[in-house]
Amino acid sequence: MKRMNLVAFVSGVLFALGLGLSGMTQPSKVIAFLDVFGAWDPSLAFVMVGAIAVHMGFARSAARPAARPLLAERFLLPTSTRIDAKLVTGAALFGLGWGAAGFCPGPAIVSLVSLSWTTVLFVAAMLAGMLLHTATMARPRARLPAAPSGAPRSASPLTIPRTAAPQGDNQ
Amino acid sequence: MTMQDLGLALAGGALVGLSASLMLMLNGRVAGISGIVGGLLQPQVGEVSWRAWFLAGLLAGGAVLFGTRPESFATAAVPSAVIVVAGLFVGFGTRLGSGCTSGHGVCGISRLSRRSIAATLTFMLSGVVAAYVVQHVLLARGPS
Repeated sequence: MKRMNLVAFVSGVLFALGLGLSGMTQPSKVIAFLDVFGAWDPSLAFVMVGAIAVHMGFARSAARPAARPLLAERFLLPTSTRIDAKLVTGAALFGLGWGAAGFCPGPAIVSLVSLSWTTVLFVAAMLAGMLLHTATMARPRARLPAAPSGAPRSASPLTIPRTAAPQGDNQ
Repeated sequence: MTMQDLGLALAGGALVGLSASLMLMLNGRVAGISGIVGGLLQPQVGEVSWRAWFLAGLLAGGAVLFGTRPESFATAAVPSAVIVVAGLFVGFGTRLGSGCTSGHGVCGISRLSRRSIAATLTFMLSGVVAAYVVQHVLLARGPS
């Protein structure tokens, strides 16, 4: 577990440096990328190109049946393949917020260190939005009356410890 | 857009791809930011500490950037009311849609997931709509 935490920390640092270097932490640049009817700046499209170019080979190899990660028992990957209303509505709402403010979740969190009022306000609203989703759309087990109050949800008998429920999510 | 912008975007993107690859090949987890944050808000046994360490890494990386390249955090002049609504949409939308730019746009597309391709096309399109409405209708900024 300790080694997994170290990997997560190093990955977080690399992720932040990548976002910062690429320009993703500059809302003005993100808006210029999405505002195709203004002074369009297409450079941020290459962030995705660079990331996918590096990641795709690994992602494909992880999909092989016998593949196993080095430090964990198995890959926890999304299993759902259905394009449903939740996916499309959620993505559409996310895009509206992204294009309006110029922030998506990763860059917003990385930018917290600048302590700019706008960034702090955005992250607070984003967390509120996530909690609102949990409160209104949470899976049924989250509302089980059997769970002792105040106990973490994972203590629910329906949750398999350590492995987490298989999810259709890109967690 | 200059050649330098393009090079930095590619290099920065490659770092993001490297980060996602480390998370996947070593920890077996998807480096999707909204999922990592959401998992902390809805904690499950064994799935909390690595998420917290990843977030700590994001902030540590941000601090390094802030110390060395403060221009990385140039802000945009967007009214606070728009910021709040946008934040709510991003938070709620990424949880409802099971991912954001990293989880769907990088990790999902790299796996050639149909869901992620659909999600990415959707948020790109609605992002273009929102940028247009805010910049040219709400703030009435002409094409510059």
